[in-house]
Amino acid sequence: MKSQQFKVVDAQGIHARPASQLVSNSTAFASTIALVTDNKEANVKSILSVMSLALRQGDDFTLRVEGADEEQAFTAISTILVEMGIAQ
Amino acid sequence: MMKLNGIAASSGVAIAKAYCLVAPDLTVVKQQITDVDAEQAKLDAALAVTTEELKAIQQMTEENLGAEEAAIFGAHLLVVNDPELIAPMKQKIADEKVNAAFALQEVSSMFVTMFESMDNDYMNERAADIKDVSKRILAHILGVKIPNPSAINERVIVVANDLTPSDTAQLNRDFVLGFTTDIGGRTSHSAIMARSLEIPAVVGTKEATQTIEDGMMVIVDGLSGDVLVNPDDETIAHYEQKAKAFSAQQKEWAKLVNEPSVSADGHHVELAANIGTPEDLESVVRNGGEGVGLYRTEFLYMGRDALPTEDEQFTAYRAVLEGMSGKPVVVRTLDIGGDKKLPYLPLAEELNPFLGHRAIRLCLERTDIFRTQLRALLRASTYGNLKIMFPMIATLQEFREAKALLEEEKANLLAEGVQVAEQIEVGIMVEIPSTAVMADTFAKEVDFFSIGTNDLIQYTMAADRMNEQVSYLYQPYNPAILRLIKMVIDAAHKEGKWAGMCGEMAGDEFAVPLLLGLGLDEFSMSATSILKTRALLQSLNKVELEELAVRALDEATADDVLAIVQQYVAK
Repeated sequence: MKSQQFKVVDAQGIHARPASQLVSNSTAFASTIALVTDNKEANVKSILSVMSLALRQGDDFTLRVEGADEEQAFTAISTILVEMGIAQ
Repeated sequence: MMKLNGIAASSGVAIAKAYCLVAPDLTVVKQQITDVDAEQAKLDAALAVTTEELKAIQQMTEENLGAEEAAIFGAHLLVVNDPELIAPMKQKIADEKVNAAFALQEVSSMFVTMFESMDNDYMNERAADIKDVSKRILAHILGVKIPNPSAINERVIVVANDLTPSDTAQLNRDFVLGFTTDIGGRTSHSAIMARSLEIPAVVGTKEATQTIEDGMMVIVDGLSGDVLVNPDDETIAHYEQKAKAFSAQQKEWAKLVNEPSVSADGHHVELAANIGTPEDLESVVRNGGEGVGLYRTEFLYMGRDALPTEDEQFTAYRAVLEGMSGKPVVVRTLDIGGDKKLPYLPLAEELNPFLGHRAIRLCLERTDIFRTQLRALLRASTYGNLKIMFPMIATLQEFREAKALLEEEKANLLAEGVQVAEQIEVGIMVEIPSTAVMADTFAKEVDFFSIGTNDLIQYTMAADRMNEQVSYLYQPYNPAILRLIKMVIDAAHKEGKWAGMCGEMAGDEFAVPLLLGLGLDEFSMSATSILKTRALLQSLNKVELEELAVRALDEATADDVLAIVQQYVAK
């Protein structure tokens, strides 16, 4: 399992567009990919799930990846988070 | 072959396949099922078709409107294929042995509720996206069609119960050749829109949506008001001939594009156009309009989810003023309420919306909205010949209040160093009988009158123009209406002002002779009526018609008036 803490930096929070990016880039991986907050956990392969976290600027969350291709999946998703200016 | 008859709302003849714009019945009934696999397969099939449909819409939107506008459909596609949506639905079908439609409704409403209850406006709005997607999937499960007018990609005739402003805004002008509706009259929104799009339309056919199915061949004859369904080859040939003859007639009229609008005895009047958006200008110029007699600004406020900003409005007004290259442009300030509603501006339900809180009445209360529009207009005033017109004025007090707000904003802009044209005529729509009766008093303070006959007739005859059962009372030739019009024109002339007309009557072939005789200065109509009216005008003698108009005022009924005009025209 791989995990890392992030903080949302996008002024609009994780809204439809970044959520779409995360979801589209997760579905190809076999691993379970989750965004975890204090009280909730979202399946990154589900846009409804990611959006329902309603993450806002300044919120903390953990990216957690577990499965056969976790290395590649973790790199892919964390790169999107940082490069799209969603979180760091 | 079947034949329907309605009201010829926009001239021309169109022949094409039908596209039914009818809201489907999406009622879900809970059913117990036995074959879980079959029900889940039904769901999968619906999801697959929805995915294809959304991909097509996404692609078309991207081509027509750009990637930005298409992005939302990318999100919708992810929702359709969302594992957290699909798994619980399948689970429900298996565990509770319920039908797919019911499972979808249950699961999607859970998400809708979740998003609606979030303490975040943005997420609340996403609930609408989920509803939208669910509706699409549901339609496929139920085997009904959700019409999507923006996706029309072949030449069609649109068939609808009625067309709302937001429906027509989505119509692709390249593919919609004509339309026909169950309800409506010559002055309903759908009719006005057809004329501004320059496509044939027949409205008020009562049973178009019941009779016509998607893909049926339809002929819309906007000259006679006939709609032919599944015509035989002979009929199609006949109507193709008729369409040809009509376009030949139009070519004849087109020669008058640069001719002045003068009567046979040399009296000049202004033939102007009614427009709704800057895009309509092309048609005004092509049809030789000598000005814009009515720019309906409410379209700027429609089909969106927030009020237009001052800058957005400024851009539109400036485009119209520049597009008319110095010719007069009469801009009517916001006329909302009545049958025109805005989704983001909740108005109280009223028993009599046409007699209610609308137009200037609303603007004088919501001065924030009104001031924004006035500022945008004033800023645009230096780009052409702007005239500002207030709608639904019933009392002099209302006019004075509105004008005072205009003067205040003008002073504010000047203080901010913004240029404003020195001379801007400020006038009123005359559509309420009290104002017509008091026209002599108004004429001392306003710069012009524009008679809005659609409403003036409705209010004078106390006949709701949306109610077909009283449509016989819509009588432009009624002497009562003519007398009111005369009062307004005479009052204007006495004070050296001008009087125009921007209702449907101004382009009516039998009303034009009377109005010319009564001394009307400006006739504002659908752009497509201008050349026809110019041709008519050249055959009319104003001096003779002055006498005819005097006689008309003394006739007893609308039919009597029409009879003497027809007699004159025939001669």
